[in-house]
Amino acid sequence: MTQAAIQHSPIYIHTYQTHNDHVHHNPISSMAASSAISSSSSPFITQKDAGVSPLFAHPSKSIKICQKKVSTKIVSVMTPQQSERKPSATGSVKTGMTMTEKIFSRASEKLRLSPGENVWVNVDVLMTHDVCGPGSIGIFKKEFGNDAKVWDREKVVIIPDHYIFTTDERANRNVDIIREFSHEQGIKYFYDIKDLSNFKANPDYKGVCHVALAQEGHCRPGEVLLGTDSHTCTAGAFGQFATGIGNTDAGFVLGTGKALLKVPPTLRFVLDGEMPDYLLAKDLILQIIGEISVSGATYKAMEFVGSTIESLTMEERMTLCNMVVEAGGKNGIVPADATTFKYLKNKTSVPYEPVYSDDQARFLAEYRIDVSKLDPLVAKPHSPDNRASARECKDVKIDRVYIGSCTGGKTEDFLAAAKVLLASGEKVKVPTFLVPATQKVWMDIYTLPVPGSGGKTCSQIFEAAGCDTPTSPSCGACLGGPKDTYARINEPQVCVSTTNRNFPGRMGHKDGQIYLASPYTAAASALTGFVTDPRDFLR
Amino acid sequence: MIVVDVKLACCPAARIDLPLYSLHCRLPPPTTTTQLTMAAAATSLANPAAFSSSLTRRCHHHQQVFPSIATLNVSNSTKQRSFKTLITSNPTLTRRPSVVAAATSDSSSSVSGASFHGTCYVVRDNIDTDQIIPAEYLTLVPSKPDEYKKLGSYALIGLPASYETRFVEPGEYQSKFSIIIAGDNFGCGSSREHAPVALGAAGVAAVVAESYARIFFRNSVATGEIYPLESEVRICDECKTGDVVTIELEQSLLINHTTGKQYTLKPIGDAGPVIEAGGIFAYARKTGMIPA
Repeated sequence: MTQAAIQHSPIYIHTYQTHNDHVHHNPISSMAASSAISSSSSPFITQKDAGVSPLFAHPSKSIKICQKKVSTKIVSVMTPQQSERKPSATGSVKTGMTMTEKIFSRASEKLRLSPGENVWVNVDVLMTHDVCGPGSIGIFKKEFGNDAKVWDREKVVIIPDHYIFTTDERANRNVDIIREFSHEQGIKYFYDIKDLSNFKANPDYKGVCHVALAQEGHCRPGEVLLGTDSHTCTAGAFGQFATGIGNTDAGFVLGTGKALLKVPPTLRFVLDGEMPDYLLAKDLILQIIGEISVSGATYKAMEFVGSTIESLTMEERMTLCNMVVEAGGKNGIVPADATTFKYLKNKTSVPYEPVYSDDQARFLAEYRIDVSKLDPLVAKPHSPDNRASARECKDVKIDRVYIGSCTGGKTEDFLAAAKVLLASGEKVKVPTFLVPATQKVWMDIYTLPVPGSGGKTCSQIFEAAGCDTPTSPSCGACLGGPKDTYARINEPQVCVSTTNRNFPGRMGHKDGQIYLASPYTAAASALTGFVTDPRDFLR
Repeated sequence: MIVVDVKLACCPAARIDLPLYSLHCRLPPPTTTTQLTMAAAATSLANPAAFSSSLTRRCHHHQQVFPSIATLNVSNSTKQRSFKTLITSNPTLTRRPSVVAAATSDSSSSVSGASFHGTCYVVRDNIDTDQIIPAEYLTLVPSKPDEYKKLGSYALIGLPASYETRFVEPGEYQSKFSIIIAGDNFGCGSSREHAPVALGAAGVAAVVAESYARIFFRNSVATGEIYPLESEVRICDECKTGDVVTIELEQSLLINHTTGKQYTLKPIGDAGPVIEAGGIFAYARKTGMIPA
């Protein structure tokens, strides 16, 4: 990154320092570090310290940090017989906790804990779907017995969504497997589908699990939500700890309602400034992933705060947290506020208690972003961190546009796309596939009026623009899927997509070229047949 | 209950993104040096005591245990998954790994050192789960034996054409490469457990990567399908697909017989005893979390 670029960089990064004024550079931010490091008296933990509880800086004491190695006695896997270390021995009596740490603390019934500790947490909700459900169920039965019952039939949410509208026999069989299990166990929340020819004929069917979880009120502040899908982190938008796990872990949770998890250190992202009207949350997260790379947040929590975050709707917060895993993040999290409570109002009757990071909480690093300086972005093939501005890619000819998935197939995503198409008034130049995430989203596309359109619905605007008819709600071609999946990339084509990954072969063909983008950028690109900055239409 | 005090050396700042699991366990007093065959290792999953005594000893010897573990779940009931034995006396033999042989039940008998030997397959950075097992194959359920086998035939089939050598030959269920050498962030992307399962089903015994993505690492250890090891340097730049390698677990060493070079690996450290406990289920039973 050039010096000029650094000066114009919208990202300003605090690395932490110890109280003996020893500044530790965050290697992740080394590009901008030279001009952006500021000294801070807040008790940030060093990267070297992460996971090392006895060496956390006490706010009122200076500590000597070893330059190379820090030895520490390993602390506690918490088991019932273990005696806890006394608070005075941890050095963390007077320091605060991040909201993620607080959730772990409550869920593990430990008064205090620190990043790096493995603790048994009580799980509030376990989600699984048609791809990983059968395997998880297989493990559950093998380990707990064929006649075993799940720990709480109201806390398991089973949502078929991945490979639904296909003739693939195994895919169909997998839905049968989770149905059989749900009936046998009396699972309260199983969003079944039987009639594949008409999704509307299935009143229980929802669609994409992460959107359904939110819409059905299963996401609540302060809780622990685990799911057999990497984008379970989406639910962090509700101020809860939510992360993806595999079949074996899920099998364990099914039987016990507990999981052994390590407390992650937290990266804090402070986003301030008024959101420009050509930017969406997708641009924000692409900016961040491009900054810290696909492994920049591995094993860490990503906490999003600031005035911009506070201005985001729940769906936008979900988009933001959704792609945390693309940076390697363990979980994403946004503090619950009036927006959250309003969204939840008629959706859940389960009481919840939000948590918030203490002022003295320790963060691994803090990134400050001025959103007014950001441009609409894409992630170029073949990595979510291959960031470029949409404008830079204006000569990239495209073959198709895909609007859908948990990342970019929610109601507001379609409203955004419709807004750009409406502003243009023209027809799209390439096949434009619309895959609503859930039944509710599909309904909204056909019923909600688009602001400024004189009462037109999204569906009408899409039709007038020559887009494909919105299809049955599911994960669709975001991950390719069986060969007959609608909108799957089956030839080496270039696609602009509102989805979350663009690794080789992600949407089907190995040589497909996927540009990840916001719904604004996707719609703008559809109109020109090239990767296009939405300001070309929105201003 | 096996309980071990482990001192962890913290990693240099650049590697901070690697997992830092901590375990509190107490070591049994070391007895005669024992070594461990994979056969014993795998069967010790049915008999945790044998595996644990040697592994915890190794843990004790390696004071500089790099904190690179996940909690894990290995089913300790009948195996369709287990660490495959790779020991062969003839490095040029095409490897056909077998699921493990019968074990000795005598925990104090000496067994040969745990090692993996075979030809390696080298991949680059950020090999994501879609490349390891493309989504279209996820309809295969890993807990069903015949579908487990099929998953093996599709392992790494998603790699781009720039990888000229195919990992599994068309029509085969297993690879002739039993060790994968990779760059950074191996296994990034989806949480699909099918990924480490497909590799294990294809006969991969171990992966040596510069670093791992979180969920993949956790799933590898949980399933026991592959041994996820970490290298100190970028081994993927110095090895070529087809090189004959040996991994000596106890010495944390990778030896490339073709180039004559050897490399220090980060010790499996806490993952060893965790694997040996039999996985999350066995561990939970041992610690009283769930009834035995």
